[in-house]
Amino acid sequence: MEVNSWVLWQFDVLILLMVVVCAVVALQLKDLVSSAITFGAYSFFMCILWTEMLAVDVAFTEAAVGAGVSTILFLGTALHVKRRAKD
Amino acid sequence: MKIIALLVSVALGVILLVATNDLPEWGDPQSPASTHLSRYYIENSMEQTSVPNFVTAVLADYRGYDTMFETAVIFCAGITVLTILRRSHRRKKKDVQPRPCREGQDIILKSAARLIAPMMQLFALYVLAHGHHSPGGGFQGGVISGASFILLSIAYDLEMLLSRLKERTIMFFSGLGVLIYAGIGAICLLLGGNFLNYSSWSKILQVSEVEARSHGMLGIEIGVFITVTFIMISLYADLASGGEMDEGL
Amino acid sequence: MANFLEAVLGQYNNWAFIILLMIGIYAMIAKNNLLKKVIGMAIFQSAIILFYVSVSLKKGATIPIIAHGHGHDHGAVAHAIDAASYANPLPHVLMLTAIVVGVATLGVALAIVQKVNRVYGTIEEDEILEKIKE
Repeated sequence: MEVNSWVLWQFDVLILLMVVVCAVVALQLKDLVSSAITFGAYSFFMCILWTEMLAVDVAFTEAAVGAGVSTILFLGTALHVKRRAKD
Repeated sequence: MKIIALLVSVALGVILLVATNDLPEWGDPQSPASTHLSRYYIENSMEQTSVPNFVTAVLADYRGYDTMFETAVIFCAGITVLTILRRSHRRKKKDVQPRPCREGQDIILKSAARLIAPMMQLFALYVLAHGHHSPGGGFQGGVISGASFILLSIAYDLEMLLSRLKERTIMFFSGLGVLIYAGIGAICLLLGGNFLNYSSWSKILQVSEVEARSHGMLGIEIGVFITVTFIMISLYADLASGGEMDEGL
Repeated sequence: MANFLEAVLGQYNNWAFIILLMIGIYAMIAKNNLLKKVIGMAIFQSAIILFYVSVSLKKGATIPIIAHGHGHDHGAVAHAIDAASYANPLPHVLMLTAIVVGVATLGVALAIVQKVNRVYGTIEEDEILEKIKE
């Protein structure tokens, strides 16, 4: 079976799985602060994925913006509203 | 509601799955996306702009008009957040309920933040200046430099940051960045070239036209850097304090 | 069976972005909490970015930066550049700006969430609807 031997596809699939898991967990957690932190982890896995897909500039931006600043913005909002979500 | 959402998302998935059959094979160098325009960029950008990083060359030179308005969008978003959240009157000092985590001010956190913040700012300037030759540029450097101020204001508190960096100053600088970008483009007009065509800068800078384009890119990246830095600080200050500007995270 | 497996596994990048898009749009519609909706929106956005970045990939290519472009005389490149050996830089540029603009618009979305919380005292959708009816 010849499946894209030109990228490390096992590595690729592993990271994609982690991305999907982080996305689902971030949406399902009841605690909004944990949800924000899990979303930071999601962004970080995205960053690894993009480095691996040769988009180094995009990965750099995502590492600084997605995993750094947007997590802080989510945290700032989560601490100002009721921390426990219904769903 | 859940059933409707499930139906919509499954329908979207099926439509996209059918549509992906028409996509070219993944990684094909001859696919339409990789042939026409991007081929021109890859083959000519080094010759025309002397910037080895294609992404920077396309971002700041070939698509400079696009990037200028992206910067303007960031500036507008900063203003919008300020307009939505900011409360004009300040609460009295005694009304502010300090969060429990604020009480034990952590000496280790403070010292570490004081050591790390200058390093982050230096690294941000490196990322900005070395964006022509390696991944990086105005956007990334600006976010890192903004994050260093955010780190300081988390380790101390927001008032400490805002007493050193007034809100007026923050908004002034974030507008200044867009102005630098547009100004560099406008000077090209005055020198007889097209808007944002940096090769006309060669008359002032006394270098070849190719090198003038490289320097022009650095100039506009500095503009982007300033805007992004101060808008990130402004976004954090508004969102983390809920518009009160008195207490951070 | 082998054909089917190959067809499914060979397209795993497409599967990934479709699944992320589905998660994102489901969260935007079905979640009750406004902050969860915003997270769903961010997931939707990064799924689209994933699609663009995977389009930019080329077989056997490297990152879109010329190695040792540093010391050359400016403007004079000795060797011709083969377009097939560098990843497509154009989607990278579009997505780079999209991410930074994305965080700015995310800030606007979060500001609206905080404003809703200030006015209604809650960010749960059903409670807000009840308060509007009153």
